[in-house]
Amino acid sequence: MFEAIAFYLFAFLTIAMFYITVTTKQALYALTALAAGMIFISAFFFILGADFLGAIQIIVYTGAVMALYAFGMMFFDTTREVKEKKGNKFIIVGLSSLAALLVVVIFATPMVSENIVALYPVAEGVGNTQEVGIVLFTKYLIPFEVAAVMLLVAMIAGIVLAGKKMDISLTLMSADEIEDMKKQNKKVLS
Amino acid sequence: MMEIGLNHYLVLSVILFSIGLMGVMKRKNLLLLFFATEIMLNSVNIAFAAISHYYGDLTGQMFAFFVIAIAASEVAVGLGLLIVWFKRHGNIDLDSMSSMRG
Repeated sequence: MFEAIAFYLFAFLTIAMFYITVTTKQALYALTALAAGMIFISAFFFILGADFLGAIQIIVYTGAVMALYAFGMMFFDTTREVKEKKGNKFIIVGLSSLAALLVVVIFATPMVSENIVALYPVAEGVGNTQEVGIVLFTKYLIPFEVAAVMLLVAMIAGIVLAGKKMDISLTLMSADEIEDMKKQNKKVLS
Repeated sequence: MMEIGLNHYLVLSVILFSIGLMGVMKRKNLLLLFFATEIMLNSVNIAFAAISHYYGDLTGQMFAFFVIAIAASEVAVGLGLLIVWFKRHGNIDLDSMSSMRG
């Protein structure tokens, strides 16, 4: 009963937030709607008993990814309205129809899932975090380490790409110096 | 109606994925295109968690963790590239990126 109420409430909220994200013309509204949608998605994980995944969702998405986007948006001109793509209507309609057809096919396929056996069944008497730890550090240890290396590579790549010419601080310079620098090299300060 | 099953979650996941796909096809600003890809990744995560719950198997949750890790690194590298592009060209519209030469 309560599960159903929570599911429908959060489903409605998530769909509404993500719809705002893809339709609004203001980048800032899109960012805040996306952050709200991410938090609502974590509610599904808590309903499904995946507590650790829900906590990770809140920490990583609304904590790290959204903060990164917010910092990134400070570099871009986000106050102006976003121009939309005026693409071929037939392509969009065709691809949407194809996607809808694919969904129908997926639902209509005879389910072979009846004979699926759980490889890593949920253990009794321990919490979700403990189970996740047991499976992650036994069976999925190598993917875990590879993911750690990949995150390190991504961090270094982000620093190298975004950190160029950041040794000059605009707040510590006088207005004349900034004007001079703009004249010398316009693209640095764009 | 009142009993929430696996199909409910899968239908929700499909709806969210279509919203993300709509955004990917519709948007021209690359930052908002990134938002749409995040929506698609999250919809897949819901499906993974739901299947993991209804089949009593933890593999789905493990996949969701790795999807989250990949999404985080994608954002870091993508935003870095986007900042470099914006410093060079002054906009992040997709139409201005049609040539391979920087």
